[in-house]
Amino acid sequence: MQLASSKLRWFLAMADFVPVFILVLLSTGLALLVLLISVLFGPRRRAQNATKLMPYESGMRPIGVAQRRLPVRFYLIAVLFILFDIEVVFFYPWAAAFRALGWYGFANMLIFAALLLVGYVWLWRKGALEWESVDKS
Amino acid sequence: MMINSTDVVAVLPFISVALGSVGLLIADLLIPAERRHVTAWLAAALLLTAAVIALSLLGSPTFEAFGGMVISDPTAFFLDTLICTIGLVTILLTLRYNQVRGILRGEFYILLALSISGMTLVTHANNLLILLLGIELLSIPLYVLCGIARPRLESEESALKYFLTGAFASGFLVYGIALTYGASGTLSLQTAPAAPNVSGDPLLLIGIGLILVGLGFKVAAVPFHLWAPDTYEGAPTTVTAFMATATKVAGFAALLRVLHGGLPGMESTWQPLVAIIAAATMIVGNLAALAQQNLKRMLAYSSIAHAGYALVGVAAHDTTSVVFYLTGYAFTTLAAFAVITAIGSSEGEEMQFLEAYSGLGRQKPLLGAVLAIAMFSLIGIPPTVGFIGKYFVFQAAVAKGLVWLAVLGVLTSAMAAYYYLRVVMVAFIREGSAAAPLPTPSAPRNLAAAISVAAVFVLGVVPALLLSMIGNGMLSTTP
Repeated sequence: MQLASSKLRWFLAMADFVPVFILVLLSTGLALLVLLISVLFGPRRRAQNATKLMPYESGMRPIGVAQRRLPVRFYLIAVLFILFDIEVVFFYPWAAAFRALGWYGFANMLIFAALLLVGYVWLWRKGALEWESVDKS
Repeated sequence: MMINSTDVVAVLPFISVALGSVGLLIADLLIPAERRHVTAWLAAALLLTAAVIALSLLGSPTFEAFGGMVISDPTAFFLDTLICTIGLVTILLTLRYNQVRGILRGEFYILLALSISGMTLVTHANNLLILLLGIELLSIPLYVLCGIARPRLESEESALKYFLTGAFASGFLVYGIALTYGASGTLSLQTAPAAPNVSGDPLLLIGIGLILVGLGFKVAAVPFHLWAPDTYEGAPTTVTAFMATATKVAGFAALLRVLHGGLPGMESTWQPLVAIIAAATMIVGNLAALAQQNLKRMLAYSSIAHAGYALVGVAAHDTTSVVFYLTGYAFTTLAAFAVITAIGSSEGEEMQFLEAYSGLGRQKPLLGAVLAIAMFSLIGIPPTVGFIGKYFVFQAAVAKGLVWLAVLGVLTSAMAAYYYLRVVMVAFIREGSAAAPLPTPSAPRNLAAAISVAAVFVLGVVPALLLSMIGNGMLSTTP
């Protein structure tokens, strides 16, 4: 009896995932179908000339190399952007439940913003936002 | 919903270290670059305060706080005290070492304090999410600390290896937590398997297995240990000392929270797993250490082997013996690393190879003695703490009927004597070469060595002192 009910529970839990399984099947099937069509009906050219081997056959002629060197500062700015962009994720739910949370929520968000501000001041003073100068640490 | 004062008391060590490290961040901006050691002393003061706070809370009763998210018991506060003390001793080790190698940066101490704040959260975790949060908070600053000696290649390599394997381990942990939640519908460690018809659910078993894998990575248990030797070797020695002690303690704190403090009624499920991992860890750690010529690498394998001994206590479901073992191991290892940080040329080249230590016992008898005491304690020779720690762990295993594990532990300890005694032999019996570097003098480092050696002897002679502080294990609804 116990075994049967635990099995039942298992199937009930799995039933929630049926749409996911259908999606996986459909997307895999569609991808295979597209590949199959292109293999069956696509023209087969044995000749491999320079135009055929270009990344974009009828596009612009590529100039230079793909692995260009970029200033590392772009990377730093990108990281900082993500950091301060993600913080908005925490502000949205608070804004949505602003009245329900009241002063308690407000105090918590104030603490959160203060911690964020400390990080901002730190990287500002360390020279992370300055494009030209060398870092001071 | 509202926070009351008992909630705050439950995680007061965590709150003080976390807020303190934010304060440290600001203070570091105001301190001129040539007076960086001020940041180090401020961090030391912060950790001392946190250690005293945790120590004063040892007597408080066991209670849950923040709606059951965290828990406070004497064991948790004891682990907080231990971790903060290890951090304090590490800072004493760093002052001279970091200055010589040009890594006496404010960030070093801020990251150290942040990592410790994560550890003091892990010790109180009563919910799988808090556990994950604490483990991430302790790991991320450590990834940076390993690579802080950039542009040294070995430091960058160690940081990258630790980061990649650590992130991989976190993935296992998160996946395990997700499956556990899927099976039981709760993230609480107390109630997860208590839900009806859940304890035999394959989802729950896989989930707990994956959590064990994730935590096994963090404590460097075989077969999840391969990152440890490379990371320990390449990281600055002061960071290695911290990782081999504090991180190990925090990793075991997480294991104890999950297996001893939580998951009531699941002991028969996880015990064989942990026993097998413990056996493999003891054998592989000691066998690999036999072949090492590099002292830091040898200590890395030694730390893996000692994780195996502590896992014996975990398998035996005896929290007190595990915590006692870890305390003894931490102070012994800190003493060994105090000697390694002392030896090195003024240009910052580290002397990691065993050859560099030949004649140390004759030229510098005190440093040689500290090294010898550390090695004797790691073997487990009375009256050092290493002996008592192993005794408690093996006794717990025998009491639980895991006699084969205790026998294996004794056998591998005998094997370990070879590579520990070789260090003592090189330091005392072999003639020193003229090229051997003299240790750089440093009063704080000598203090750190003195504290560690004193702890090794005091705990070895009067273990009852510590046992009464640890308390009798963690709260769990099973007897």
